[in-house]
Amino acid sequence: MRASLLPPAAGVGFKPRHFEHILSGPQPLGFIEVHAENYMGQGGPPHAQLARLRQDYALSLHGVGLSIGGAQPLDAAHLRRLRALCDRYAPASFSEHLAWSSHGPAFLNDLLPLPYTEATLARVVAHVAEVQDCLGRQMLLENPATYLGFAESRIPETEFLAEVARRTGCGLLLDVNNVVVAAANQGFAPRAYLAAFPLAMVGEIHLAGHAAVPAGAATLLIDAHGTPVDDQVWALYAEVLARTGPVATLIEWDNDVPAWPVLRREAARAGALLRQAAQGVAA
Amino acid sequence: MNAAAFQAGFARALLDPEAAPPTGLRAAPGADLARRFAVYRNNVAHGLIAALALRHPAVQRLVGKDFFAGMARAFVQHHPPRSPVLLEYGDGFPEFVAGFPPAAGLPYLADVARLEAARVGAYHAADVPPLRLEAVADAAQDAPLRLALHPAARLLRSPHPVVTLWAMNAGEMPLGPVASWEGEEALVTRPDLQVLVHRLPPGGAGFAMALGTGAGLADAAAHCPPGFSQMGTLAILLRTGALVEGGAA
Repeated sequence: MRASLLPPAAGVGFKPRHFEHILSGPQPLGFIEVHAENYMGQGGPPHAQLARLRQDYALSLHGVGLSIGGAQPLDAAHLRRLRALCDRYAPASFSEHLAWSSHGPAFLNDLLPLPYTEATLARVVAHVAEVQDCLGRQMLLENPATYLGFAESRIPETEFLAEVARRTGCGLLLDVNNVVVAAANQGFAPRAYLAAFPLAMVGEIHLAGHAAVPAGAATLLIDAHGTPVDDQVWALYAEVLARTGPVATLIEWDNDVPAWPVLRREAARAGALLRQAAQGVAA
Repeated sequence: MNAAAFQAGFARALLDPEAAPPTGLRAAPGADLARRFAVYRNNVAHGLIAALALRHPAVQRLVGKDFFAGMARAFVQHHPPRSPVLLEYGDGFPEFVAGFPPAAGLPYLADVARLEAARVGAYHAADVPPLRLEAVADAAQDAPLRLALHPAARLLRSPHPVVTLWAMNAGEMPLGPVASWEGEEALVTRPDLQVLVHRLPPGGAGFAMALGTGAGLADAAAHCPPGFSQMGTLAILLRTGALVEGGAA
């Protein structure tokens, strides 16, 4: 069973500057993805563009503000806003992150790390279940890019995600770039992580570029979403597809957004690998 | 470890560049924990400064990128977002700019920021067809219409030439000396999908606000300066899509 209704094709994170280009002709796209929070205004161009794109493309609604790992209760007003968006645009998928981003009244605008303990697991499971109940749909939970770990973490991240999926029935969003970034920063092998990842639960894959900055003797990888997808990420992605067959795959490029042909080329590259994977499964 | 207490400490350290990372974190062997924590701190600051810069291109142009980033950083540190809906973030920024000591030499800066905030508000406002001139002309034959401001309409009165300063620094007008340094009144509208900025005649903003709260034409014009044209200003408000039909009397 696939964990989302997204077509097993390539998609892009939609940027308003690409609106006319995307509509100007056939594109190598099966879907588009937007950050839910950018469409929480009452009206105006964002909604006009999304409604138009929705006529031609399946939609993945990707949240960045729900703070599912937060120690405090989920924001009921934010859940209502998400439900209104789901009702209005009928997305094929809703996804969020294994992270926290709010504390008290403050929204911290980043995806912050969690200790992987039984207590965190119970909290995340309760929050994911609450989201799914509220939205009346299955959600996908994404593995985070991390820069730090916790002394008290006892559960491997792959096992943690598998357990959330098992207890809530949610699917998973596998961000291959996040795996590469976290592996470099925390000193584990990305292939070992992917070997342990519960791929059967994956409903969508994210690919993106990262930035490498020197940090003392080591190199720090930053999940910057401002460059083409890295070669190592492409290679690992192809290996994942060989195991899963075609899975909806998004190119995320949020900063220093390139001209449409550049992003289109990245999507086409993912599309070619997806077709290969389809043939591999058929053979 | 208590999750709420840990996240409270983490949040405090994110917003305070002088604070040490919270205890309980672990960096990979050979990695500097403070440097790793700084990635999160930078993500927060840069993301929010970028959100403010996106709202305020004219303010950024007036003060330069570095000054803007410093001012925005100070705002972010003391006024983090209260909602994950970042398109609403920064409504308090113009007020902060007004009281930001290093910007005291640019007394018009806060009003340019207010005009830019008004444009963002208009951009995301509800989609409502504005009242057309013809509808008013038709209605006038039997009973006058009750008017209200369109949800995207924003009004701003400034002792500075705020519309001219904004236009010159938003690429809407060539940069040059301001011919006469006089107060200006701004009207922001979005009749369809495009946000528009108009300059109203003196008294026009107060007149529009009064009309928008249900006052009749004569009452709305009562405090306007001598020579103020009610009909001329009403025509501007209708032409720019600033009005809708109000609720029942």
